[in-house]
Amino acid sequence: MGETITFWVLAVVSVSAALGLVFSRKAVYSALMLGAVMLSLAVLYAVQDAPFLAAVQIIVYTGAVMMLFLFVLMLVGVDSSDSLVETIRGQRLWAMIAGLGFAVLVALAVGNLVVAPPTGLAGATQGAGGNVPAIAELIFTRHVFAFEVASALLITAALAAMVLAHRERSRPKPTQKVLARARFLSDHPSPLPGPGTYARNNAVDMPALLPDGSISELSVNRVIARHEAEEGGLPEDPKLAEAIRQAVEEESK
Amino acid sequence: MTTHYLVLSVLLFTIGAVGVLIRRNAIVAFMCVELMLNACNLAFVTFARQHGNLDGQIIAFFVMVVAAAEVVVGLAIIVTIFRTRRSASIDDANLLKY
Amino acid sequence: METAEIIQGAGGAIGASWLMIALPLLGAAILLLGGRRTNGWGHLLGVAMSLGAFVVAVLSFVQMLGLDDSRRRQAVELFDFIPGMVKMGLLIDPLSISFALLITGVGSLIHIYSIGYMSHDPDRRRFFAYLNLFVAAMLLLVLADNYVGLYIGWEGVGLASYLLIGFWQHKPSAATAAKKAFIVNRVGDFGLAIGIFTIWTTFGSVAYGPVFEVAGEADQGVLTAIGLLLLLGACGKSAQLPLQSWLLDAMEGPTPVSALIHAATMVTAGVYLVVRSGAIFEAASTAQFVVTIVGVATLLAGAIIGCAKDDIKKALAGSTMSQIGYMMLAAGLGPVGYAFAIAHLITHGFFKANMFLGAGSVMHAMNDEVDMRKYGGLFSVMKVTAITFGIGYLAIIGFPLLSGYFTKDGIIESAMHVNPVLGWLAVAGAGITGFYMSRVMFMTFFGKRRWAPDAHPHESPAVMTIPLVILSIGSVFLGAYLILGNRLMLFLAPAVGRPADLPGFHPFSAPGLTTLALVAVGAAIAWAKYGRAEVPQVAPRGSFLTTFARRDLYGDALNESLFMRPGQWLTRIAVFFDNRAVDGLVNGLAAGIGGTSGRMRRLQNGFVRSYALSILFGAAMVVGALLYVGTL
Repeated sequence: MGETITFWVLAVVSVSAALGLVFSRKAVYSALMLGAVMLSLAVLYAVQDAPFLAAVQIIVYTGAVMMLFLFVLMLVGVDSSDSLVETIRGQRLWAMIAGLGFAVLVALAVGNLVVAPPTGLAGATQGAGGNVPAIAELIFTRHVFAFEVASALLITAALAAMVLAHRERSRPKPTQKVLARARFLSDHPSPLPGPGTYARNNAVDMPALLPDGSISELSVNRVIARHEAEEGGLPEDPKLAEAIRQAVEEESK
Repeated sequence: MTTHYLVLSVLLFTIGAVGVLIRRNAIVAFMCVELMLNACNLAFVTFARQHGNLDGQIIAFFVMVVAAAEVVVGLAIIVTIFRTRRSASIDDANLLKY
Repeated sequence: METAEIIQGAGGAIGASWLMIALPLLGAAILLLGGRRTNGWGHLLGVAMSLGAFVVAVLSFVQMLGLDDSRRRQAVELFDFIPGMVKMGLLIDPLSISFALLITGVGSLIHIYSIGYMSHDPDRRRFFAYLNLFVAAMLLLVLADNYVGLYIGWEGVGLASYLLIGFWQHKPSAATAAKKAFIVNRVGDFGLAIGIFTIWTTFGSVAYGPVFEVAGEADQGVLTAIGLLLLLGACGKSAQLPLQSWLLDAMEGPTPVSALIHAATMVTAGVYLVVRSGAIFEAASTAQFVVTIVGVATLLAGAIIGCAKDDIKKALAGSTMSQIGYMMLAAGLGPVGYAFAIAHLITHGFFKANMFLGAGSVMHAMNDEVDMRKYGGLFSVMKVTAITFGIGYLAIIGFPLLSGYFTKDGIIESAMHVNPVLGWLAVAGAGITGFYMSRVMFMTFFGKRRWAPDAHPHESPAVMTIPLVILSIGSVFLGAYLILGNRLMLFLAPAVGRPADLPGFHPFSAPGLTTLALVAVGAAIAWAKYGRAEVPQVAPRGSFLTTFARRDLYGDALNESLFMRPGQWLTRIAVFFDNRAVDGLVNGLAAGIGGTSGRMRRLQNGFVRSYALSILFGAAMVVGALLYVGTL
């Protein structure tokens, strides 16, 4: 009875979270939804006599993999949400049809199975004295070759990630002297004005005011400006809006 | 009960598949792939319990290992592509065509 | 038909008779392969080879005369041509030796004449090569002891004829005429080939001896079919109706060719075939009767055509058709006619070659002008040519005591015996002959001079006139020699059999006198119209009958509307079908595959999500298939 309740609750949670993963526009929300699904599944593993896998699920997936996803999201830019327009004609419709067809067919197949009551893992784990020792015994005896290959795979993957992410420097690293000279040769020897200086609100999205009271375009944060231009959330102040638009144009050049 | 777990697994798998088909953000699509792998793992664990045999759990364990490796490489690729093309959209990487 | 037995293993000149074929063939090979190096002496070699063949023929003839009648059919074995089927060999008997003498004799004279006639032609060597090739092929045709050998010679003379008619290929009319002759001959050759096939399947042999021995025992229908097929071949080669149309155009070739091939020798091959196959024709009376019908129809048609032609060579060609019609008629009469057919063939070979060479001499003198309306009054400037031509003319119209008188009268008399209707038609033909040959004679040598302003006629050189003289001597005496006392008939008897009772010579019979009277009337009309009266330079329009004759009795029009046009339409339909249906199918298939591929290519759109979609569809299908299989 306890298992049934757990299953139904977690089933509802995981399916809704999965749907949220697919349909939320922001990648960060998707990542959070995926985390929810993984946690639900971890609990379901635990319910199904797989405590070791439940632990691994939480540590590896929710802990490591999800962190990786979030890091990459941060690298790529959290604001890079999808546009809603589908570019491939009919892709959504056909994806729905194919998905529905696939789900119905496999569910039919599964539903038609004549299932005996589950055997349970008590018998299999008894000899080793528990789930974890039993799995350990299997991994290090029967599946030891696969285990070693998996370890090689992990090493290779780590190396591959390093190689892929490594950026070859095509010119010598600029020294401080070079950087200083470049700065004095440019239009702005001094640092750019920080946002919020002399403004009414000291916020990162408020451009700085010059001594004569006009807005300094240089102080507008580019990322925020682009975001607001895309979302249509330009401030009501026309001067401010103009400054943001100019900053975006500068950026796009 | 086993059937319920399996149907849940099928549902999650299908949602993941549809997600791969309709999301253009490479990272989200990648997450959907992970969702599909997890759905498979659920099925493996369910089968292990059904048959009273730990092999299902072991396969699920290896799937996790491989998935971890895959995530590492896949995300590295995404980062590299993003670095050169300033885009994480799958549709932008469509040069290999007719 | 009683013929002598064939004796194997001949010796002496007869044993060496293969030289007759080999010498001219060697000459042709040397001249054709030798190329320009032989230009200087090529014509002399050609003449020498032809004369060599003539010498062998004469020696064989002399050897044969020394033999008993029953030993006059000698076989010369050469080689196994198609093992188990055809043994190539020669049959030297009175019939073939007569032909060999005519071919080599007249052929040599024409070779000599050609030295002069072709002296200004840059391709004289090639001309002599072809002439030699012709002589070799023609000799193989008449000397072979089986139908396959005959057929090889038959095709060989067809080839030589084609090459010689089209000798001046730069003239489109000559090229067309050559092609026409070749194609029309193909029809006849096809019939002959099928005839020979039928002979093989019926008798199991193609050699004359075995076939004729059992010829009478075969089924009547099969024999009739063989006879008609052989006749079709004969019609093609001898320009008999309905395959007559090529002969008049064949006059595009050099005049010696017209004389040798298209008057004296090759066109008589059909007569030879019918006489040689006498055993078959006698056993198939229907086929034999058809031969006489063809002969009579052609002799009248040729004579009518000859009346209307202004081209001297075409008028003579019409006359050739007509005279071969006489020979065919005689050959269709059975043993009683064979000797007359051959006699007329030999004398015709002399006087027609004589007249053709005379016409060539006239053309030589008149800058190759062939229109008789531009001649007139040539007698005074070309006496030798005119006299020899006149002798030929008198011989062909049957002037008493000249060659044609005896031979043609013999044919008419024999026809009267067999079928009076045929006989009287032949008499009518003789009357028309009297008219049109007189027309040629008077328009050319008498009346007013109608020459072109730049024409300066002169007598031809001796190398051309000597053959004329020799031929005219033959034209005068040969007929009397061959016919009187049935000399030729008795000589030929071992080869073709002899009739039950030998015909006598009746100079004062009703048909004979009627013939003479009709010829006289025809000649008189010709004199009135063309000798005494003014001959217009441009041909008058003439009556319907004249137009009918000028157009070769509409033979070409008939061929064109019956065969050429439908053939062209068939070709066009085939081309259309090929272009649209066959090519359309192939090209359509290719275009269909190409188009489909072009559209399928779009599936490879570079979007990973599209590919993933098809993968998911595939997975769904696999699951569906598994489910379906599970329910079975």
